Amino acid sequence: MKICVLVKEVPDAAVEKRIDPSTGRMDRSGEKNLNPYDTHAIEAAMQIKEGGAVPVEEIVAVTMGPESAVRALHKAVSLGADRSVHLTDAALAGSDVAATGYALAKVLESEQPDLVLLGQQSDDGECYTIGAVVADHLKMPSLTQVIKMDVDGGALRCERQAEYGYDTVQVQLPAVISVGDAINEPRYPSLKAIMGAKKKPLDTKASGDVGIDGSLVGADGSRVDCGEFKAPPAKAAGKIIEDEDTNETVEQIVAWLDERKLI
Amino acid sequence: MSGHELSDEQREIRALARDFAEREIAPHAAAWDREHRFPHEVFARLGELGLMGACVPLEHGGAGADFLSYVLALEELARADAGVAVTVAVHTSAATLPLLAHGTPEQVARLVPPLAQGIELGAFALTEPEAGSDASALRTRADADGRITGAKQFITTGSHAHTLLVFARDPDDRISTYVVRRPTPGLSVTREEDKLGLNSSSTAALAFDAVPAERLGPPGAGMRIALSTLDGGRIGIAAQAVGIAQAALDTASAYAKERSAFGRPIGAQGQIQQKLADMQTEVEAARALTWRAARLKQAGKPHTVEGAQAKLFASAVARRQTGEAIQVLGGYGYTRDYPAERYYRDAKVTEIYEGTSEIQRLVIARALLGDAARGEA
Repeated sequence: MKICVLVKEVPDAAVEKRIDPSTGRMDRSGEKNLNPYDTHAIEAAMQIKEGGAVPVEEIVAVTMGPESAVRALHKAVSLGADRSVHLTDAALAGSDVAATGYALAKVLESEQPDLVLLGQQSDDGECYTIGAVVADHLKMPSLTQVIKMDVDGGALRCERQAEYGYDTVQVQLPAVISVGDAINEPRYPSLKAIMGAKKKPLDTKASGDVGIDGSLVGADGSRVDCGEFKAPPAKAAGKIIEDEDTNETVEQIVAWLDERKLI
Repeated sequence: MSGHELSDEQREIRALARDFAEREIAPHAAAWDREHRFPHEVFARLGELGLMGACVPLEHGGAGADFLSYVLALEELARADAGVAVTVAVHTSAATLPLLAHGTPEQVARLVPPLAQGIELGAFALTEPEAGSDASALRTRADADGRITGAKQFITTGSHAHTLLVFARDPDDRISTYVVRRPTPGLSVTREEDKLGLNSSSTAALAFDAVPAERLGPPGAGMRIALSTLDGGRIGIAAQAVGIAQAALDTASAYAKERSAFGRPIGAQGQIQQKLADMQTEVEAARALTWRAARLKQAGKPHTVEGAQAKLFASAVARRQTGEAIQVLGGYGYTRDYPAERYYRDAKVTEIYEGTSEIQRLVIARALLGDAARGEA
């Protein structure tokens, strides 16, 4: 089995997000990191490989992004991926979700994986949709919010989290699976793996290398037209009740909720 | 926080150490402090990740990272638990690295890999009841067969270490370095110290009664090995002090944002702002001195004075600013409900061990003044 894991470089969670007033877009100049949701997808791939139910020949981390995105790939291989593919091209800048999904699907076509895994969302755009777009282009079944996965011959038995409970779904491979963050607890990379990350193979590809139609990507190839971005309104300060007498505290909380017709 | 001047690997190693420390160490630090518990299991896990031999070359079982990476990891460990950090610092800087530097190829191949992988722990036994800063006054003796008899004091990890570097006088009265391996007959722990802080680390008094040992390095090289070990060890303690001070700053600044007085967050008060601004500036200055010394050591350049300056400054910052953190928290800071008082208790020893602040000043002054510092014309 060959598993491809889609990963993304995002602003570090510790960096406060802000709109850059000169561009009207999110300021992405600060520290960046591998999207934390993607670490669950890499861990899921590692667990399939180590589980032994099916031999896994290769785990390949795939990303699309600027030059700096190689760091996310290094992190991905330090967490266990065998090699990585970096799709990077000035023509891809400004791609919306549909265009990004198309471009990633073209990379995956050239890789021919049996299974594509990705995190449930990115920590910056938070679209939750890239897996479905990729699957549509690849004509593969797609599931989201998967929190348990068992390989069963040529199929995958998945449990997915839904608003009403859990679905158990069997899909034929190849498939695109977006995993929920409850699926596992990602391991720590070892120091040796961090030190060895740059020695693992990394292929850099431009649009032309994987047959991407330039008219379908980039700002011009995207159908989403971004207007103005605004920071969300600041939340009103909460009310902190010092718990000196618990009975009194409970009364205060109940009164507060009652006032707002919440109970 | 000063990340742009680090390499990708250094940043990732720091992130790993921070992540591990925040998730696996910090939540337990208060309990380990209260219960005076040495968390054996943490060192095994740190070993699996490569953090017990970060800067030991791959061929000797280490992770093959550089000395600054090790220093970054120590700072992050200290930010969560200074006792865990000192155990790792002594294990690495004062046991594994001197073995690597002064051991024969056979000794290195046999003794270093289990230490670098965290399967075994190391200790450094120089200090004696009557020989602290005046280390060359030590009285422990080794006989012609290399059997050691004497007493050592304040030995970090002394109760738990498998490999101990022991400094003793040979039959010709020359101070040499010896390696003692546990378990061994004749070695006993006579006292586990009850300390002000660092309660998750072990500090023991040891008695040696004809304990079999092997020599490390040439006969009579003991003081040279001890002093060069301490040159590097100080940088680790400086990193520990920076980590403690950073933890105090984190606690104080978080509190300043959430605690209100006179109808607004206390962070709106000028006096609190001034404290926190000074605190952060001093922590960054201490970190810069520590990184400078670490980079010099990595480059194989002289770092005795720079290491002494880093430790002298960082330990003073840690001691002073942990006190200021308590002040920002007020009455709450004085209670065990908040970690500030633990940082305060843990910080003090960084001015004492691996060379007191007075000894650091002596090292610096002697380098500055040469013979004049010794009263010679």
